[in-house]
Amino acid sequence: MNPTSTPSTPAVSVLTGDRSFLLRLYEQLVLIREFEERVKFLFLEGTMPGTIHQCQGQEATAVGVCAALRADDYITSTFRGHGHALAKGLGVQEMLDELFGAVTGCCKGKGGSMHMGNMDKGMVPGIAIVGGGIPLAAGMALAFKMQRRPQVVACFFGDGAVAEGAFHEGVNMAAIWNLPVVFVCENNLYGASTRIDKVMKNPRVSDRAASYGFRGETVDGNDVLAVLGAARRAAAECREGQGPVLLELLTYRRTGHSRRDACHYQAKDEREAWFARDPIERYAAQLLTRSDVTLADLAAVKARVIQEIDAGVERAKRAPQPTVAELTTDVLA
Amino acid sequence: MKRQGIAEALRDAITEEMARDTRVFCIGEDIGVPGGWGGAFTVTLGLAEKFPGRIIDTPIAELGFTGIAVGAAMMGLRPIADVQYGDFLFLASDQLINNAAKLRYMSGGAIKVPMVMRAPVGATGRGSQHAQSMERYFTGVPGLKVVAVSTAFDAKGMLKAAVRDDNPVMIFEHKLLYGSKGARAEPGAVDATSEIPDEDYVVPLDRAAVRREGRHVTILGWLLMAHFARQAAEILAQEGIEAEVIDVRSLSPIDYETIGASLRKTGRVVIVEEGPKTGGVSAEIAAGIMENCADALMAPVVRVASADVPVPFTPVLENAYRPDVPRIVEAARQLVQH
Repeated sequence: MNPTSTPSTPAVSVLTGDRSFLLRLYEQLVLIREFEERVKFLFLEGTMPGTIHQCQGQEATAVGVCAALRADDYITSTFRGHGHALAKGLGVQEMLDELFGAVTGCCKGKGGSMHMGNMDKGMVPGIAIVGGGIPLAAGMALAFKMQRRPQVVACFFGDGAVAEGAFHEGVNMAAIWNLPVVFVCENNLYGASTRIDKVMKNPRVSDRAASYGFRGETVDGNDVLAVLGAARRAAAECREGQGPVLLELLTYRRTGHSRRDACHYQAKDEREAWFARDPIERYAAQLLTRSDVTLADLAAVKARVIQEIDAGVERAKRAPQPTVAELTTDVLA
Repeated sequence: MKRQGIAEALRDAITEEMARDTRVFCIGEDIGVPGGWGGAFTVTLGLAEKFPGRIIDTPIAELGFTGIAVGAAMMGLRPIADVQYGDFLFLASDQLINNAAKLRYMSGGAIKVPMVMRAPVGATGRGSQHAQSMERYFTGVPGLKVVAVSTAFDAKGMLKAAVRDDNPVMIFEHKLLYGSKGARAEPGAVDATSEIPDEDYVVPLDRAAVRREGRHVTILGWLLMAHFARQAAEILAQEGIEAEVIDVRSLSPIDYETIGASLRKTGRVVIVEEGPKTGGVSAEIAAGIMENCADALMAPVVRVASADVPVPFTPVLENAYRPDVPRIVEAARQLVQH
């Protein structure tokens, strides 16, 4: 399971790629990290209601995949969806408002952390039942195919979802109908606290694609450019009617499964090895090999992101809560 | 005007809706196989030839294809999904209950899921797992509409209304009501044919139907039990008891306006349900009557329902399981004397 040994051909070279595009990827990575850290603080501080499932350490999967998509492409997500949302273009403010339960949130305060989404930005509210988004994404892709719309769906799920019947059923139908879905398995080695070697005889998730008759690929999920390259290839294949594709992105969750999980089940040497492969630090080091990117540039990105989050939190704390009349609206169309 | 059974009426409804709106398609198991049956009960027979690419046969994967229907509906199509037997809805429930019913609310009103799920129910000599009355499991799910069709006229009109509705609608059909002729006819089938108008029509998804007027007692039922209630009313009439029979038909929401109007006339009600008494739709209706029109009651609500057991196979036990006309007659007779 050593991600550094998996094949990955970056479609975008860090040396020759467009500087502003590459820096935008960096900004998204940092935005997700800083957003999650702030949310964690607000949650532990007690000012934010609900529960949280965070993605620190997995930022490159969201950013790399979403950067390969067009604005009118869709993603489906999970209970761990903050990173996907930011990468797909949801605003910091609408997300913070949602987390504070405000009526100005992206789901009017009715979704919350686990159901973050905004259809106008191409993100279905997070499906918090493990595997539940997989048939849903296949259905969206079926609609695109039947209506001859050139769109694709990227369907995010974790390694835990692979054990669900929904994975088998949804992936199989996507395969037999050649649907334009990029199945994105963020393999962070743990389904909640259970390590994958206890629940998978074959821990290479991408191998499963072949048994359904389509292409699978394992990618270093902590290398944003490798993810971007693989996702671009997969999306292009889907758009040409050669979908679906299964991407297994090897990554690691630095924080607990959910609130107040101290991750005692993650071995110390494993954590250290993965922390040494942190997607943001690695990408920063890559960027700094360019002559036109400096430490000061990267620091400026981080400062800008933190400023945006600071302002967003202040507004979100004062954002209007729904009236109780909202309880019974939006049930039926 | 033409006389049709429920299977033919449903087939015509699907045909007309698919011709009217290119967003409509069917998805399910064995629904469009050349030389096949047109679904378990012939409803989609011949449609695959009429609508190439829009009658989609799936693997045996109820959870998967239900989720696919939800996803396609979210993206603007109008799927008509079906399970061969209602019992299989348990497999599909995650997608129906957690996704189809909730995505609109979870998204703050941004998403519509205009899909139809058809499901045959009822005890018909198939033992415990192809027999259950499934409607009870979905009537308490906010975000779903639930109807049960007992006549060909309603089957056509309600399916059309469901296809045109912007919400997920579940349509329950009874295996003994599809028709008494044809390759898939059921022993014990009851005549549910209707005169079907030539012109387009819909039947609202939220209104009960008074099938027979009367002043002494109201009998509520749906699906096969609506037919048994009418047969019971004929017998009661010979004894001078005039029963009003209401086909509840819309199970979520329930039409307490029509039910209440009847109770204000009769003051007495028997609710008949195929399916175990405990936790049934009849329990919800009884509670709803207490909340909406208790002042009209001159006697306690009476229920005739199945025993709290799995559906048995052997005919003698299955007949004991399913409420029958004599039990309905007896319940109404005693209630009137109350």
